[in-house]
Amino acid sequence: MTEPLLRVDGLKTHFLTRAGTVKAVDGVSLRLDRGEILGLVGESGSGKSVTGQSILGLVDPPGRVVGGRVLFQGEDLVGAGEKRLRAIRGRRIAMIFQDPMMTLNPVLSIGTQMVEAVQAHEKVGRAEAWERSRRALVRVGIASPDERLAAYPHQFSGGMRQRVAIAIALLHSPDLIIADEPTTALDVTIQAQILFEVQKLCRETGTALIWVTHDLAVVSALADRVAVMYAGRVVETGTVAEIIGNPRHPYTRGLLESVPSRNRRGVPLRSIPGMTPSVLDLPEGCAFHPRCDRSTGACTVMPELSGEREDRAWRCWNPVAAEARGDAA
Amino acid sequence: MLVFILRRLAQSAVVVVAMSVLVFAGIFAIGNPIDVLISPEADEFERAAAIARLGLDKPMHEQFLRFVDSALGGDLGTSFVHGVPALGLVLQRFPATLELALCAMLVAVVLGIPLGLWAGLKPDSLAGRIIMTGSILGFSLPTFWVGMMLIMAFAVTLGWLPAGGRGETASLFGVPWSFLTADGLAHLILPAVNLALFKLSLVIRLARAGTREVALQDYVKFARAKGLAPSRVVGVHILKNIMIPVVTILGLELGSVIAFSVVTETVFAWPGMGKLLIDSILQLDRPVVIAYLLVTVLLFVVINLIVDLVYSLLDPRIRLGGGRA
Repeated sequence: MTEPLLRVDGLKTHFLTRAGTVKAVDGVSLRLDRGEILGLVGESGSGKSVTGQSILGLVDPPGRVVGGRVLFQGEDLVGAGEKRLRAIRGRRIAMIFQDPMMTLNPVLSIGTQMVEAVQAHEKVGRAEAWERSRRALVRVGIASPDERLAAYPHQFSGGMRQRVAIAIALLHSPDLIIADEPTTALDVTIQAQILFEVQKLCRETGTALIWVTHDLAVVSALADRVAVMYAGRVVETGTVAEIIGNPRHPYTRGLLESVPSRNRRGVPLRSIPGMTPSVLDLPEGCAFHPRCDRSTGACTVMPELSGEREDRAWRCWNPVAAEARGDAA
Repeated sequence: MLVFILRRLAQSAVVVVAMSVLVFAGIFAIGNPIDVLISPEADEFERAAAIARLGLDKPMHEQFLRFVDSALGGDLGTSFVHGVPALGLVLQRFPATLELALCAMLVAVVLGIPLGLWAGLKPDSLAGRIIMTGSILGFSLPTFWVGMMLIMAFAVTLGWLPAGGRGETASLFGVPWSFLTADGLAHLILPAVNLALFKLSLVIRLARAGTREVALQDYVKFARAKGLAPSRVVGVHILKNIMIPVVTILGLELGSVIAFSVVTETVFAWPGMGKLLIDSILQLDRPVVIAYLLVTVLLFVVINLIVDLVYSLLDPRIRLGGGRA
């Protein structure tokens, strides 16, 4: 295989707080090819958002990337200067955030916020930047763009704001978009529209996408491949079909079983017992073992990611047997 | 917009009326001016004549109605002491105070906002800590003491700046201003800094608190994720958001700076309204005190109106419509 677009290698992002070191991301490795869509799945606090922000060096203090590499087209972004990162942010790698109510500055017009995004990377006049912003809005399905450019964020609905954020992300036709739960705060119908459009736009432009979410249903509809995170680590990775159809890590299986499905109508949903461990006090070895029904003595030692291929692997001593999901699916 | 302004003006009129009643009643409670105004050797006849001349023999409500009647005609009474119209006396001193207050506010804003931004962006840095400690001093040191220390240091010991007075003035719009001449400017520096110190600390704290809050917002991170330069993120995205509370407080404080520059004006012998007020209170010169207070009230009202208008420029979410009550 040729050099991937993005290769994250043993990334560690820690937060040095007074209560102790929080290992929000602790040795995450990912790879992403051009035009590929990766779903990064996990519960709150699993480190998925911090992973996304670490790639662009956007983690706020006291957080800090303390180890690993982020190779973007062969260039290591960890340790790259702020100036270099700034040239990449928004132009080569764009980001979309979770809450569309919060990602646009309330006191600046949409036009201002789009024009500045264009002008941050290209020496173009205001008129041309305005015209490009206008076209970007049309592309994400916003009617009467000129009127909309003059408006302020509070005059938009949540779905519209997220479309604006997506339009901003697409301004420079980036190679990669990191989307941090961009549909979580939206209505289900709007969510479906946005998903469909993002997928379409990425396919059209050949943009790769990392879609950070806690929602496996979204991932199954959108992604090519999935990486499941738990307590700062990737615990399982594979194609969507492999993860959904044949999960090997007990945590992935637990996640799947807690999602309602038409095929299992009438069968009570199963939940994973216990709670996400405190990131300040992770259990020894596999962080999931206290909640796991398959745990053995071996689980107090951290298992490595292993499996059939580099991109089909799981981090478990006692993986669920292949093709052995005990439900009516 | 127009409806908004008209409604605000109506509200302001109510405030002015209520204020004039309060002021009039209050001033009655602080003693009889006649004893101060006539010589101790005056006999009963002279005393009664003076009382009648000043209208002090009438009951309070009658005096008030007479006052309102003439006030509507722009006449706020004649100074007992100086024998000239009280309003003219106050207005004549007004430019000096306005100049001092505006300079103080300018110092507070020009220094306070950058310092507050810095302290907010780097709260744990040495500079951030020094700025915050300094602002505590600005809050807690009494103005008159700081004023005297400034005179001691810069006027007496170093001899760099004059200790008091307005210095040379130049005329603009028929009004004398100190800041138009080098000598006047030199006279202005110390009192302006003295008056600014408290406001400066206030602006620093406001700007710092706002910055710390705004810097954590998603839209700031999104702005960075767009690849914007730090100067644009701080200078536009953060600054515009923190200006809203700063403008509110500055508007309110500008009024209070003008109204209560009394201490600084006294320490630096600055011939403004504050000094006039102190003198008039000591001499129980009722018309001047009343004229001063009414001018101050009007000033507050106007400043608040301006602040509301500035808001709508800063924050598009605030609509100055008149549709709803």
